Amino acid sequence: MTCDTMKTVLHGYLDGELDAARAAEFEAHLEGCPQCLAELESQETLRTSIRNAGLFERAPSALRQRVLASTNVAARRDAKQAEWSWLAWAACFLVLLYAGWQVARDSFARRTDGALTTQVIDDHIRSLQPGHLSDVISTDQHTVKPWFDGKLDFAPPVTDFTEQGFPLQGGRLDVVDGRTVAALVYGRRKHFINVFVWPKTGAASAGESGSRNGYNWERWNDGRFEMWAVSDVSAGDLQQLQELLQRQNH
Amino acid sequence: MKESVESSVAKALEAQEQARFEQLVIPHLDAAFNLARWILRGRADAEDATQEAMLRAYRFFGGFHGTDARAWLLQIVRNTCFTWLDKNRHAERQSEFVEESHPDASSSPESLAIATSERERLTKALEALQPRYREMIVLRELQGCSYKEIAAITSMPIGSVMSALSRAREQLQIALVGRPREEAARDV
Repeated sequence: MTCDTMKTVLHGYLDGELDAARAAEFEAHLEGCPQCLAELESQETLRTSIRNAGLFERAPSALRQRVLASTNVAARRDAKQAEWSWLAWAACFLVLLYAGWQVARDSFARRTDGALTTQVIDDHIRSLQPGHLSDVISTDQHTVKPWFDGKLDFAPPVTDFTEQGFPLQGGRLDVVDGRTVAALVYGRRKHFINVFVWPKTGAASAGESGSRNGYNWERWNDGRFEMWAVSDVSAGDLQQLQELLQRQNH
Repeated sequence: MKESVESSVAKALEAQEQARFEQLVIPHLDAAFNLARWILRGRADAEDATQEAMLRAYRFFGGFHGTDARAWLLQIVRNTCFTWLDKNRHAERQSEFVEESHPDASSSPESLAIATSERERLTKALEALQPRYREMIVLRELQGCSYKEIAAITSMPIGSVMSALSRAREQLQIALVGRPREEAARDV
């Protein structure tokens, strides 16, 4: 190969993007070509100075907040509409943000069960990310139950169901509908089941169940607590746990 | 009733999509901003263009099924920036970087002395490059992209990435020292 070709190949070599054969070929060329060797050294120096100069500029935090806000509120609203001009976007942004806030506040006030289902499923999905599942890891109900003391303004019922095939794995705090709730984690074979518990007095209800995006859920009220169980286990398994939980204190 | 079930299912899907977007795309906001800042040569323009690109990414997110969310996002950012350049500064893209007739380049000893820090010197040189050369340097050296990623981001055949980088680095050398090394060497 000519030195001219090698001048280009040099960059692939510098970047570690050549296959072994071409790299060897280039190295062979280098031995007999002081010009290419000098060029390689000069490119290495240039690269080092670029990398050491701290030229990478991070996004300002104001931009991060604007982006998060706009993908949350504005983009969704705009999704069905054709391209707006950039200026119109800028002008509408504040209006939409304000409107979005109003709407969000409004809908928060009369949150539907559908939204609650979404939240509970989201909490479940989030809990499956590494390190998020349990704050107290124990299969012993007498360890898990006291852990909640002082962290919540209520004492959630905690029972281990290892014998019935639902070993208690631990617990953590989570947030549903703006309030801190107890989340109990049960295992079912290799799957996890989150049971969210918070006080809600009133008539005990037989409950509802459903499925969304591959996750099954059960909700019920035992007269003192509102409970939601969410998992990717089968609806039958989930119902079994629900029955166990409902009987636990009776 | 049926409608409300449908709408709550739609809401749940939307929420899940939102969570996926925040998990896969938002972490690359810094990379997006950095690329825009260098293509557009200014932080204010870069903020606007980045936000526009993020909104676009959000809207097209349903169509993303790949594994490299960063390359996917940077491609959108890059296209947004070039459209932006076309619209706002038509002149800039037309002007080729020509070594002899570039008064701004830090080529004279005086301006070299003024550009005290290495950072300043490199920034000046990079900003003197044509946007298409500049983006090659930024993608490779600042963002650490592989040739494959660069090809995806710039819609360039992968076989052309090496020679494009080689030209970009040559231009950068010229911008830094005023002219190609060989010529300078020949004069000595």
